[in-house]
Amino acid sequence: MAIYNLKINGKEYKADVASDTPLLWVLRDHLGLVGTKYGCGIAQCGACTVHLNGVAVRSCVLPVSSVQASKVTTIEGLSEKGDHPLQLAWDEVDVPQCGYCQSGQIMTAASLLKQNPKPTYDQIDGTMHGNICRCGAYHRIREAVKLASTKI
Amino acid sequence: MKITSITGGGLMLGFSWFSAEAKTPVVTNATAFAGNLDFNSYLSISTDGLITLYSPNPELGQNILTSFPMIVAEELDADWSKVKILQAVLDTKRFDRQLTGGSGAVPHSWKLLRNAGATARYMLIQAAAKRWNVPADECTASDSFVIHSKTGKKLGYGELADDAAKIAVPTEVKWKDRKDFKLIGKEVRNVANKDIVTGKGLFGMDFYREGMVFAMIQRPEAFGTKIKSVDAAAAKAMPGIIDVVTFKNNVAVVGKSTWEVMKARKVLKIEYEKDGDLESTADHNKIFLSLLDDGKTTVRRKEGDVEAAFKNAAKIIKSDYQCPFLSHSPMEPMNFFAHVRPDGVELIGPSQTPGSARQATSKLLGIPEDKITLQLTRLGGGFGRRLKFDYVTEAAELSSIIKAPVKLIWSREDDMTGGSYRPAVRYRFEAALDASNNLVGYKLRGAGINSGNPCREDNFPAGAVDNLLIDSVEHTSPITTGAWRAPITNFLAFAEQAFIDEVAHAAGKDPVTFRLELLEKAKAKPAGAVKYDIDRTIGVIKLVAEKSGWGTKKGIAQGFSVYFAHRSYVAQVCEVAMKGGKPVVKKVYAAVDCGQVVNLSGAKQQVRGGITDGMGHAMYGKLSFKDGAAEQKNFNSYRLIRMKEIAEIEPYFVDNGIEPTGLGEPALPPTGGALANAIFKASGKRVRNQPFMEEDVFKTPAGKIPASKLKGEKKA
Repeated sequence: MAIYNLKINGKEYKADVASDTPLLWVLRDHLGLVGTKYGCGIAQCGACTVHLNGVAVRSCVLPVSSVQASKVTTIEGLSEKGDHPLQLAWDEVDVPQCGYCQSGQIMTAASLLKQNPKPTYDQIDGTMHGNICRCGAYHRIREAVKLASTKI
Repeated sequence: MKITSITGGGLMLGFSWFSAEAKTPVVTNATAFAGNLDFNSYLSISTDGLITLYSPNPELGQNILTSFPMIVAEELDADWSKVKILQAVLDTKRFDRQLTGGSGAVPHSWKLLRNAGATARYMLIQAAAKRWNVPADECTASDSFVIHSKTGKKLGYGELADDAAKIAVPTEVKWKDRKDFKLIGKEVRNVANKDIVTGKGLFGMDFYREGMVFAMIQRPEAFGTKIKSVDAAAAKAMPGIIDVVTFKNNVAVVGKSTWEVMKARKVLKIEYEKDGDLESTADHNKIFLSLLDDGKTTVRRKEGDVEAAFKNAAKIIKSDYQCPFLSHSPMEPMNFFAHVRPDGVELIGPSQTPGSARQATSKLLGIPEDKITLQLTRLGGGFGRRLKFDYVTEAAELSSIIKAPVKLIWSREDDMTGGSYRPAVRYRFEAALDASNNLVGYKLRGAGINSGNPCREDNFPAGAVDNLLIDSVEHTSPITTGAWRAPITNFLAFAEQAFIDEVAHAAGKDPVTFRLELLEKAKAKPAGAVKYDIDRTIGVIKLVAEKSGWGTKKGIAQGFSVYFAHRSYVAQVCEVAMKGGKPVVKKVYAAVDCGQVVNLSGAKQQVRGGITDGMGHAMYGKLSFKDGAAEQKNFNSYRLIRMKEIAEIEPYFVDNGIEPTGLGEPALPPTGGALANAIFKASGKRVRNQPFMEEDVFKTPAGKIPASKLKGEKKA
């Protein structure tokens, strides 16, 4: 066990955990940030997606020891008031069904839009393909990403 | 009862849920406004105009959390922006059928909810009329205001709430006319959106409490085995581990955090021994054939004389259809929080059957139900898996053993290998055509593994075929099974509708025409009981044929299916194109008759979601077994449909205004059949086994199909 200093959502956090603890579990069990979800633990479903310096990563396979000075952004920190264009688009298009995968979907999409603010539908599909939605809300996820891209 | 007062006064309406016609609601004029779970009333209007409604049924993405309150708010003529919705705890004194399954929530509660809203509106109008000293019939209600039409005077519901609570509760109320609906039938956004998109802790997995411990259970990897010995020494010595406890066939690792528990599990040394047959998929395949040929069958339905019909047939069509086991795989794995204390039990988590879960916990621990509370969290998907409560009683049992509050979670591997699967089934169909290509004989035999009755013997074409025999045979296996979205019909519908297509093809008839003729026959000269609504069936067939341009399109292959499941009717046309010698799904048209649509946005979600679910599993879903153990343990080997694989889906709803008949499941069953029939049209090859991705047509590039084969057949 060691104390890890983490920069998350613009704040400083400390976690006293084993070095191989995935960031996912540090966020959820130790720092009270439960927006990032556990779906598979092997980076197959995308529910655990967070940003490391603005780039999407699967936190379930990211050991806390490798985070170091990188800036972590979780769904809770994507915007201050829940008004990131994706969050607004998600409501306007009425995307969620059960909602469990949605944080991961939004974080993946947010990283895409940072790198490619005007993606084509094919590009959206190519990136979002890594996130599973068991309820099948894919059509609206796609529409919401497109809609958000028009507002950025 | 704890009461929190934000503003004094208000109208509280409590409803007896225990009748289809909501009887006299109970009104209390207490000083309270709800914000807490102890609130003992279903509907409350506070003096500042905020309306609070409880949603009793578990929410798993079907969005009952929005549609139930919509129905009340509609009749109440409430300003929807002032309606707050809370998830009700388990409360069998106030609500009945507090479960989520069978697409039944809206149909079951439709009348009650409308009466609730209408009753409250009546009382508010009466209160206003009294205050203004005018006849009540000169008053109307709209957007949380009562208005006196003659003078334009108006009063908000908040201002009237106290007075309304003193009005005598009417025994009968009038419902709104459909044409006056402002909410019902419209697209209304999911009330939980803002919480979901900001990552609020809504799910059972998100429940944390100071002092609780974390636990995971190692269960036997293979069905048909039991624990022989456990060596937990290494696990107990791992950092953060509190204890390792064995009960029944479970080895529970209890610790201070999830990761520490996950690591300790890996160093458990458990020996298992045989406690039943250790079955492999290869065994199942043999068992199916043997059962279909020689098994002792149970007759499910018999009409006329099938022997004679087949003996005298001009043409006989025979096909077998087979499906594998499937896991439910909701994105949120199984989990539950339990705290067993000397004075009672606290249960918190996701369940589709909270009443049964509590009952089972009570029985297991010998603690009376009124000492057990169950708080429902949002469910990260259900699909029927959370109808079972094994993961609830496990948590309760563990908590009572370790005498601590515990959150028990299942890893994805636990979830996928832990049983309660959609059963594997093989169907054998036979059809007899006479010299005029009429369907005169029909046989269906279902062989299932722990499937109960794998047939739905009253489904079409029963009632339309004079000579019919439907029977079934079962193999009992240690592999556990359970209800999976649209139980049995989730595969049977594909098999039935693909087979009917084969028969239509053999008869040289257009698939839609063929079914319509049979339906007309069932109407004119039924062959035994007809337990489906022929007009509603014809209604969706005609709607989807119209919307899809059935039979008129060139260059795209269309396949059709229609099904009646869980009280609703859905017909689909699927469009497939060949690309690189393989079929690619392009589009699905769906015509849905679920009666009055409540939330149009939610309804479209259920249709797109149900079809995507059906398509994904038909194409990719497979759980296979080796020596009793599931071979797929996570999403790297168990394939779920993803973004690049979906088809465009266009839902259409029949607008007949009949009472809602449910939509959580009905869109799924017809999907596989429409897809398979389109694949045949595109490639000339039938797919009869799921997952389709393992069928020939997806493995070997099909030859070029002549353009003439892709031209439309006779229009329906």
